[in-house]
Amino acid sequence: MIYSLICLHLENIFDWNVKQLFLYLSAEYSTKNNALNQVVLWDKIVLRGDNPKLLLKDMKTKYFFFDDGNGLKGNRNVTLTLSWNVVPNAGILPLVTGSGHVSVPFPDTYEIMKSY
Amino acid sequence: MLSLDFLDDVRRMNKRQLYYQVLNFGMIVSSALMIWKGLMVVTGSESPIVVVLSGSMEPAFHRGDLLFLTNRVEDPIRVGEIVVFRIEGREIPIVHRVLKIHEKQNGHIKFLTKGDNNAVDDRGLYKQGQHWLEKKDVVGRARGFVPYIGIVTILMNDYPKFKYAVLFLLGLFVLVHRE
Repeated sequence: MIYSLICLHLENIFDWNVKQLFLYLSAEYSTKNNALNQVVLWDKIVLRGDNPKLLLKDMKTKYFFFDDGNGLKGNRNVTLTLSWNVVPNAGILPLVTGSGHVSVPFPDTYEIMKSY
Repeated sequence: MLSLDFLDDVRRMNKRQLYYQVLNFGMIVSSALMIWKGLMVVTGSESPIVVVLSGSMEPAFHRGDLLFLTNRVEDPIRVGEIVVFRIEGREIPIVHRVLKIHEKQNGHIKFLTKGDNNAVDDRGLYKQGQHWLEKKDVVGRARGFVPYIGIVTILMNDYPKFKYAVLFLLGLFVLVHRE
């Protein structure tokens, strides 16, 4: 379980041609089995007109975070990045990755619950 | 009256003019086909333009929206991307978002998808025993879109009489229209 506090100001992304934003937090890591793994932890749809200031407190992982194999146990370098897909009223669909990311080390043993 | 005028025109057309009109029509069809094939080459996708058929990606895409795809090998599949894929043995392409990827050193990638408007991921949609999608299942990645325009295709599919009416009128127009 990963509990976090994320504060987002999205007003600058919304312009006349933006219909909605699809936000997602993804974790990226490497394991013995697979050179690159990316997993979406949670996602959120923000429509034009919704409150552009988001305070995401204690967003428990929406999708179960498990690896294809045992690669997460003891993995020292799991990088969490926030990205978003801009859906226009009409036109190109860009996928943007936020600058800056958080690296989270995973514990060596499986635990039932732990807060960071 | 307009209708009597064009009937007169048709009667006045002799064989040569009729052949000319047919050739003209053939040229238009060939050009359209060439443009379509050209798009296939440029985008790398076998189906560069698709119509959204279901509501599983709402509120982003609705039934009838048109999507423009590319399928370049150099673009790696990453989470968050909107992919159009076909399940082995089924004709209908599905438009959903990539939720998880696991890529090996050699570039072999397996990934899981989910529709934005669906509560669960797509594993239930895949073939019996299939847990992941692979590059070969992908028709393309959605790069751009235009709303509503694809409704015409859906109408033509659901109401065949409408399709025949449209084709008949088009054919009539091209044959009768004189430059």
